[in-house]
Amino acid sequence: MPYLGSEDVVKELKKALCNPHIQADRLRYRNVIQRVIRHMTQGLDMSGVFMEMVKASATVDIVQKKLVYLYMCTYAPLKPDLALLAINTLCKDCSDPNPMVRGLALRSMCSLRMPGVQEYIQQPILNGLRDKASYVRRVAVLGCAKMHNLHGDSEVDGALVNELYSLLRDQDPIVVVNCLRSLEEILKQEGGVVINKPIAHHLLNRMSKLDQWGQAEVLNFLLRYQPRSEEELFDILNLLDSFLKSSSPGVVMGAAKLFLILAKKFPHVQTDVLMQVKGPLLAACSSESRELCFAALCHVRQILHSLPGHFSSHYKKFFCSYSEPHYIKLQKVEVLCELVNDENVQQVLEELRGYCTDVSADFAQAAVFAIGGIARTYTDQCVQILTELLGLRQEHITTVVVQTFRDLVWLCPQCTEAVCQALPGCEEHIQDSEGKQALIWLLGIHGERIPNAPYVLEDFVENVKSETFPAVKMELLTALLRLFLSRPAECQDTLGRLLHYCIEEEKDMAVRDRGLFYYRLLLAGVDEVKWILCSPKSDPSLGLLEDQAERPVNSWASDFNTLVPVYGKARWATISKCRGVEHHGPELPNASCATSGPLVPAENKERVQDLPDSGALMLVPNRQLTAECFEKTWLSLKVAHQQVFPWQGMVHPDTLQMALQVVNIQTIAMSRAGAQPWKAYLSAQDDTGCLFLTELLLEPENLEMQVSVKQSKTRTETLHSFISVLETVIGTIGDFKS
Amino acid sequence: MRRGCWEGKAGQGWAGKAGQGRAGAGFPAVRGESLLEGQPTRVLLFRGRRAGQAQLLLSPGLLSRKAMISQFFILSSKGDPLIYKDFRGDCGGRDVAELFYRKLTGLPGDESPVVMHHGDRHFIHVRHSGLYLVATTSENISPFSLLELLSRLATLLGDYCGSLGEGTISRNVALVYELLDEVLDYGYVQTTSTEMLRNFIQTEAVVSKPFSLFDLSSVGLFGAETQQSKVAPSSAASRPVLSSRSDQSQKNEVFLDVVERLSVLIASNGSLLKVDVQGEIRLKSFLPSGSEMRIGLTEEFCVGKSELRGYGPGIRVDEVSFHSSVHLDEFESHRILRLQPPQGELTVMRYQLSDDLPSPLPFRLFPSVQWDRGSGRLQVYLKLRCDLPPKSQALNVRLHLPLPRGVVRWTSRASLGLPAKGPPPRLLLWGWALPASPLNFPGTHAPASRSASSGWRSDPAATPTHTSGCDT
Repeated sequence: MPYLGSEDVVKELKKALCNPHIQADRLRYRNVIQRVIRHMTQGLDMSGVFMEMVKASATVDIVQKKLVYLYMCTYAPLKPDLALLAINTLCKDCSDPNPMVRGLALRSMCSLRMPGVQEYIQQPILNGLRDKASYVRRVAVLGCAKMHNLHGDSEVDGALVNELYSLLRDQDPIVVVNCLRSLEEILKQEGGVVINKPIAHHLLNRMSKLDQWGQAEVLNFLLRYQPRSEEELFDILNLLDSFLKSSSPGVVMGAAKLFLILAKKFPHVQTDVLMQVKGPLLAACSSESRELCFAALCHVRQILHSLPGHFSSHYKKFFCSYSEPHYIKLQKVEVLCELVNDENVQQVLEELRGYCTDVSADFAQAAVFAIGGIARTYTDQCVQILTELLGLRQEHITTVVVQTFRDLVWLCPQCTEAVCQALPGCEEHIQDSEGKQALIWLLGIHGERIPNAPYVLEDFVENVKSETFPAVKMELLTALLRLFLSRPAECQDTLGRLLHYCIEEEKDMAVRDRGLFYYRLLLAGVDEVKWILCSPKSDPSLGLLEDQAERPVNSWASDFNTLVPVYGKARWATISKCRGVEHHGPELPNASCATSGPLVPAENKERVQDLPDSGALMLVPNRQLTAECFEKTWLSLKVAHQQVFPWQGMVHPDTLQMALQVVNIQTIAMSRAGAQPWKAYLSAQDDTGCLFLTELLLEPENLEMQVSVKQSKTRTETLHSFISVLETVIGTIGDFKS
Repeated sequence: MRRGCWEGKAGQGWAGKAGQGRAGAGFPAVRGESLLEGQPTRVLLFRGRRAGQAQLLLSPGLLSRKAMISQFFILSSKGDPLIYKDFRGDCGGRDVAELFYRKLTGLPGDESPVVMHHGDRHFIHVRHSGLYLVATTSENISPFSLLELLSRLATLLGDYCGSLGEGTISRNVALVYELLDEVLDYGYVQTTSTEMLRNFIQTEAVVSKPFSLFDLSSVGLFGAETQQSKVAPSSAASRPVLSSRSDQSQKNEVFLDVVERLSVLIASNGSLLKVDVQGEIRLKSFLPSGSEMRIGLTEEFCVGKSELRGYGPGIRVDEVSFHSSVHLDEFESHRILRLQPPQGELTVMRYQLSDDLPSPLPFRLFPSVQWDRGSGRLQVYLKLRCDLPPKSQALNVRLHLPLPRGVVRWTSRASLGLPAKGPPPRLLLWGWALPASPLNFPGTHAPASRSASSGWRSDPAATPTHTSGCDT
């Protein structure tokens, strides 16, 4: 009896497969084979019966054949020697009169995925390409791609490619699409199949004959085609117009993407296309399939980034219904947030307010944040709703409302008064770190308008020992110090206790350092503290403007109908970054080096790095000369070259030093910034051991930098290269400053 | 239907130039391009390939045009692999199924499970009848096409196996693999039409079990198996489209179902805040393909808010859309849908209706909430009334009552069903089958259920009792 172990099962099945009685009975034989397949699916290793299965392949029963071939394709990589035994049967089947058998055999043979099979499949594939049954041709065309990928990085077979290109004229639409797919894989190295004008027009003519999958795929291939003239472009658009109304969302989105890309110079056409896609997208958003709905919502958000008013009249479609899964509700709330306008703001806010009391705490919090987002434009209404929400005295709601208030006060200072009135009493319903930080920050910065602010903070100070989050303590320190400046009498005692605690008892280093820092700051006097803590803030409206900047359609047109909007742009970036590391590991250091030097603009730096090659100068990195050694050598040598570079203003020594380090010139000594006259001593060494010692001298009245270079071995050409490197660096820094 | 005419001149928008006949018809022939006619083009094509290289490099972002999937598998709701097929053998072994399930169950709440990634592999799945149909790919593929494909596969499997479910799939492993083999080759879709596939599918479906009168509890849509439904026995529709060849008595049957999803939001005072009906007419046909079918809707069927037909209020929907195989030439005049359905299941028509509902809601809920501030006890009376026409029955009615976190204890007394009490769950749930007939249920009012809880820490007005969702 078979128990859990797979060995017993294999043994038993092996016995059954060999049993001549079972072999004689077609149905029983087939049943045994089915059991093998079932075990295979469950993950048991069934490769032990490979021999028996090969024998079972020689049969007239097509069902049995299919099962055996499925088995073989799975285990052929494990048992390549045994699989070769099956090749004979497969080859024989490839010339079977029944096209279905021919196709099946060819497909299975090409899917064997084992080394050495190529020589056997080449001829059947070529025969298959010329088969009179379209079924076999379809299989053969994809077989070409399979064969090519089996070879690995082998040469592209020109004759085969030619044959495939000519098969694009095939009668059968699926053969045509398969040809494109196959060519795309075979010509991967050269950038894939090329869609030139005749091919593009041919495909356009065949579009209506294809099924929806073929249409979607051909639309995707057509993205590559660039019409020669405007007239041709609009002819293509007219021809494809009907596909924007297809009943298949895949085709509609494929067509829409093609339209967006082709019409990238015609914004009005793009807007029209997006109008047309609106219907299908909305239908998908209310589709029964949650997954489709989600993908559609992601695309709606994408469109809204460029055309904020696009879905505003359909806002009701984005109201969440009770039974929807969490991820769809979150997307819908985001969409609602973005399509809000003067007409629907009231209804949308009503709806969002309903979500705030949802059973799911996460969803309720998302709804509160959404109201906070809308509040940037419709401040008064939203602040009122948020204030009402505080009345619920629910912990998870209060904390997010306070966080929203914090962001609002920062972005829309006009609502400060309303927020300050709403705050008292909140502290009883906030337990988590984020909420506490927000509340404490608000109390600190606007404490003069909240009567009981010092006492709330005092309570926090009282409980500071049991406070688990260091971030809250940091916030408390800053807030109390700020409040102390505006209401010293009420806060002095509390602040003293807090500072004492932070310095003497606190275990967290960051908090203790912050405490010490404030203590020393206070020693310097209240005016000094005021100057540090209440210095002008950055302009808050800047972030708001940046947020609302509309993105042109062309910035995301190429991402439309791909996975990018579904993942979200930010997540996609991290995903592709990970993939980039895997694929281009060795190239990465170069790339990062080229981008990480913000001091020297990339193009300048390339110039810098190119120069050593041209002048046969190779400066050795990390060649540190001691100051004494430098002084000795400097005094012993004569000035080999002297030159003046134009220069304006002060020198930033750090900037210059870093820039020089990039080109392997070390700085030995330098005057302080602003010193007059300003001097610097530099040294560098090339690969032949020749030393370059340089003095930079800046006279304030001259507007120029005097450079003297000394060289340990006299060689004019390297000297000139060195001077030009130096000139580039100094020129770049000068540019950079001005 | 409007035929689009795209024009380049700004401002002209859609207006076509008169007399040019640009509206999409046969344009390449007009342009006089010889498209691949005759032998010489072969050479030309090949040369074109080389010549096109430079053009291609202009848009590196568009380079990858491959739309294939690497693996496809079906998992049961518990994560057991039922079907696994590796089309390309290019990424990973078979542990991907397990990996997928681990990722799915360990996903943080705010991320969507629809698309997930691991390394350079994307998992895309749909959930259908309690099964996960998952595809993996390493390409940046069109999500719409792929999701559509997965749904289509689910329908196909349902058609060929009779119904879709864990049991039917595992009984029909051979058939499912055969189907997958024909639908996808090397990860590329070949065809998904039931008609075309019929010619290639040899395995016969193992039908779950012969119908027996004792088994009245498991019939639903098209008589398909669902868990709790109870209607008149008709499991006839849950047979596979591919009838067994030995069975001579193949019945020419057609099943037509109207499925409506109704989402209603009711304010605490009983007024309707939002109504949204999404309905579809689904057809399952066992007729030989090519036979024409005419479905007549009532003549008073109005589309849109303004249209008026017939004398009465009529039947009004906001939007209708049809399957692409439906001919609509008689729809405007006589409301007749003409189609030649392929065998198997298909959605003939979808319609939507929102806001003012012409007929009363099938259910009405009368909640009343009493709160005793002193003891912190809250009493919720829920009275549910079923207003269906007498000959209909409501099946599988479920009522969810979410409880806030502050609940310490609860007890429940229902007029139908057993009283219950215990530690507080997040959600109370009752289920019944409600007869609407007054004979069965005097006064047409249905169970009054009382649940009481005590130990509130918060104001009960905050509890979301006004939301109720129901599926019919």
